[in-house]
Amino acid sequence: MKMDIEKVARLARINLSEEEKKTFGNQLEQILLHMEQLNRLDTSGVEPTSHAIPVVNVFREDEVRSSTPREKILNTSPAQEEGHFKVPRIIE
Amino acid sequence: MEYEPVIGLEVHAQLLTCSKIFCGCSTTFGEEPNTQTCPVCTGQPGSLPVLNRKAVEFAIKIGLATHCRITSYSVFARKNYFYPDLPKGYQISMYEYPLAEDGFIEITIQGMKKRIGIIRIHMEEDAGKLKHGETPETARFSYVDFNRTGVPLVEIVSGPDLRSPQEAGEYLRRLRAILQYLEVCTGDMEKGTFRCDANVSVRPKGETQFGTRTELKNMNSFRHVEKALEYEIKRQIRVLEEGEAIIQETRLWDASQNITLSMRGKEEAHDYRYFPDPDLVPLKVGEDWIEEIRQSLPELPDRKKERFIQEYRLPEYDAEILTSTKAMANYFESCVRLFPDPKTVSNWMMGDLLRELKKDEREVDQCPVTPQHLAGMLSMMKDGTISGKLAKDVFEEMYRTGDLPEKIVQEKGWIQILDTGEIEGAIKKVIQANPKLVEDYQRGKEKVFGFLVGEVMKQTKGKANPKLVNELLRKKLKG
Repeated sequence: MKMDIEKVARLARINLSEEEKKTFGNQLEQILLHMEQLNRLDTSGVEPTSHAIPVVNVFREDEVRSSTPREKILNTSPAQEEGHFKVPRIIE
Repeated sequence: MEYEPVIGLEVHAQLLTCSKIFCGCSTTFGEEPNTQTCPVCTGQPGSLPVLNRKAVEFAIKIGLATHCRITSYSVFARKNYFYPDLPKGYQISMYEYPLAEDGFIEITIQGMKKRIGIIRIHMEEDAGKLKHGETPETARFSYVDFNRTGVPLVEIVSGPDLRSPQEAGEYLRRLRAILQYLEVCTGDMEKGTFRCDANVSVRPKGETQFGTRTELKNMNSFRHVEKALEYEIKRQIRVLEEGEAIIQETRLWDASQNITLSMRGKEEAHDYRYFPDPDLVPLKVGEDWIEEIRQSLPELPDRKKERFIQEYRLPEYDAEILTSTKAMANYFESCVRLFPDPKTVSNWMMGDLLRELKKDEREVDQCPVTPQHLAGMLSMMKDGTISGKLAKDVFEEMYRTGDLPEKIVQEKGWIQILDTGEIEGAIKKVIQANPKLVEDYQRGKEKVFGFLVGEVMKQTKGKANPKLVNELLRKKLKG
């Protein structure tokens, strides 16, 4: 198995130096090797689990609660204008 | 060579809950930007989402109404991608374990019934809205409003079962009607509460393998969906005929030019790296809950149509149109309650009413002529107060002013003349003015009779009872 560290970095929008690529590449490779080891276990009789705790169906009722004041939410970002978050132009 | 299109649709429908899917922020449309957000829906570290029970209930309703199997185990997953309308860097959706699977919707195409498969229905959260700067100073920026972020959606994925743009349109209309009957979605394509992406490919007729498909986006009306598909099918056939290959890509419908455009290069091969959302526990929908919801389902379009045929003795064609939306069906039934002649009500609704509404692009529940108006007018027609011909004018006047028919007839003096003396007076005038025609008639030229009736009607400004005019005129001419 070969870890495509560049692809992972690109998908996560992270710039890595050559040195970091080596370091993180190795670390992720180790993790994947460990997973591969786990994959060798026979789990044919075990139900797949997605969560560590045996809890299901946690709900809230459909009730409106007051939202955060706009200024407070906007101030968590570097740029705002007229009630909006302001970001570099992006058009898909 | 003859080609056959293969179309599958993905519909995103906003669920009509009061609060968002994972937090208590309001879902009200059109509020000031960013006034309906909180740490959960803006993805602040440490906040935790909790699932809205009502949203699940609505999604189950949709599953049941489209004949799906509700899965006993579903899991929310994170769909990871970066876009400014998505504050967390991932959208909470469902992936391997959707909520419902394997259903169908029945559509009618040229009188033939056809089943369109539903592959899956899953729940997810809506993204925010982006506005792009339009002046030279703001052109480098986009502006983000997170009010819509976290509004509950269902995604309904059809099978590749549609074979023409018309079938796609029918499927969408039918699906929307179901959602509206269930009162879980407003179904407004222009406002974006009901959105549609289309996968389309073409193949030589008779071929069983699918061709390479493209995905169409940005269509915000039923008309646009049909037009975009028509264009894209033609384009793909042209490409194949020129001996070239279809490129699998996403294309945007450009409604101003009526073409689809490639999103060129914008599409780095998608790798969403889905994984189960550790913040949300799995959903286990038990049989009791499903049964409880099944019991609460309202009468859906198919069943209502059957009932209209049985109960009101309507032709299938009438029943189909009258049940096409819940509002239409309700209008019809309220009117029939007041004026119990279903076929006459149906005729007026499918004729004058729908024509006026279509002209103004209005829905039936915004119609100035209410069931009370229409029933009142029909009653006046029945008891002879107004003639059938005048009824048309009364209808137009009601539609224009919203006034009740009694008021209109009174004010315009449109009450039908049943007074034989008055009609005889008009007949006398007509006979005096047309001696030649009267002679012709008396020599056996039956044709002129209709003309003379018309003249008498003109004399009375259309208010005379036509049946009386006929009788009295014949008597008079026989002399």
